[in-house]
Amino acid sequence: MNAKEIIAQRVAQEMNDGDLVNLGIGLPTMVANYLPAGVRCFFQSENGIIGMQPLDGPGSALDALTDAGGSPTSVIPGAAAFDSVASFGFIRGGHLDVTVLGGMQVDEDGMLANWMIPGKMVPGMGGAMDLVAGAKRVIVAMTHTAKGAPKILKKCNLPLTAVRRISLIVTEMAVIEPTAEGLVLREISPEVTVDDVKAATEASLIVAPDIGVMKLAA
Amino acid sequence: MSKVSSLSKAVEEIPDGASIMIGGFMGVGSPLKLIDELIRQGKHDLTIIANDTAKPGFAIGKLIDAKAVSRLVASHIGLNPETQKQMIAGEIEVELVPQGTLAERIRAGGTGLGGVLTKTGVGTVVAEGKQTIDVDGDTYLLEKPLIAQFALIYAWRADHFGNLQYELTARNFNPPMAMAAGTVIAEAGEIVPVGVIPPDQVETVSVIVDTLVGRED
Repeated sequence: MNAKEIIAQRVAQEMNDGDLVNLGIGLPTMVANYLPAGVRCFFQSENGIIGMQPLDGPGSALDALTDAGGSPTSVIPGAAAFDSVASFGFIRGGHLDVTVLGGMQVDEDGMLANWMIPGKMVPGMGGAMDLVAGAKRVIVAMTHTAKGAPKILKKCNLPLTAVRRISLIVTEMAVIEPTAEGLVLREISPEVTVDDVKAATEASLIVAPDIGVMKLAA
Repeated sequence: MSKVSSLSKAVEEIPDGASIMIGGFMGVGSPLKLIDELIRQGKHDLTIIANDTAKPGFAIGKLIDAKAVSRLVASHIGLNPETQKQMIAGEIEVELVPQGTLAERIRAGGTGLGGVLTKTGVGTVVAEGKQTIDVDGDTYLLEKPLIAQFALIYAWRADHFGNLQYELTARNFNPPMAMAAGTVIAEAGEIVPVGVIPPDQVETVSVIVDTLVGRED
C-alpha cells in the first residue's frame, strides 16, 4: 500500500454513519473509497451538490455535473443541487460534520497553512478558508514530509488558512491530535517506530500513554 | 415582451472597461457563447468577477488568453497557469476572495445589504485592512458588498420573459450574480414559451433579466 492509500484508509475510519463530509481535491477524494462497512456518508462538493459519488465507469457523465476540481462526477439517488450561497451556508453554518483537506504545513498550535507559497505559488484559497473556519471537524490528510523536509512544524511560516485548531492530522506515518497542550501522537503506522515519527517531525510530540498502531487492511 | 436578442447585439452594449460578473465553476455553468462574443468584439480592459478563470482555452480562460482582463476578483486561479503568469507580470490585478465570502459579497450586493459578517479569514492575510466586529463574544470580518455593471449568466432553460432555471452544478454563482448587476444578460440552453416553467420552479425571476440569448443563435 502506498502512502496515499494508507492515509485515505485511516481517515475513512474517522467517518460516522450519516455524516455530511467535504473531501478536498486530490488525496482527500480517495477517502470515499475506504469507508468502513455500514458507514454511509453524504459527500458535499462545494460547487453545489450534496450526495456526490464517484463516477462508476464512463458513459454516465453529464456536462452539468462536476466535482470541485471541474471533473465529471455522479450523484446518489436523493442527492440535492444548490447554488454557491447555499453551499457555503452548509459549510459555515455548522452543518458540515467533517472536512478533509491536504496540508502544506501544520504547527504545534494546530494551525494549518495550505493555500499559498508567497512569490511561488498563488492558486487562491478557493473554499479552503471557509471549510477550515466552518466545519465541525477538520482533518488534514497529508504526507508526513515533503521531499524529506518536515511539514509538521513548531510554527507555520506560510500564510495560515484559518486561525482555528484543526481536529486531526493523518499521515502515512502517524495519527496526531492537536490539543491545547500540544500535538499528541495517538497512533503510528505498523511500519515505523515512535522515534522514526519524531525524527520526521519538527514540532514537539506528546506521546499518548495509550498510543496504538494504525489498523490497516493488507 | 420577449427579451430574446441576437448574440452580437446583446454583447455590443457592454463597453470596454466594464465590470462584469460571469457565472460558472471551472467553466461549468459559464455562458460560453457570450464569452466568445466578448472576444470576437475585441472587448478589453474588463473587470471580471467570477469564482475562477477555468483553464487556458476554455470559458473565462479564453478572456485571459485574449488579454481582455485588467482586473479580476476570484477565489481560485490555481488551475489556470496563464492567469497566474499575467498576475505575476503585473498585467492583471487579482483580488483573491474566499469562495464563501465571494458568494456572500455578491448576495449582499444584490440584496441591498451593507456587507456580511463572517468568521472566514479572521486572523489571516484576508483580514488585512478590514474591520472586525465582535458579536456576542465571537469575532467576525466585515466583508463589503460586490456589484457589477453587467452579469453574464448561463441558464439551463429560460422562458421569453426571462425566468431562469439551472441544472445541477452549472448553477453555482449564477443565481446570486443575476441579482447583483445593473444589466443581466442570460444565455439559455433552451428558450420556451411563457407559462411552460411553473412559478414554483422559477429560480431567477424574469424581472431582473434584461436580455436573453439562445444557445442556438
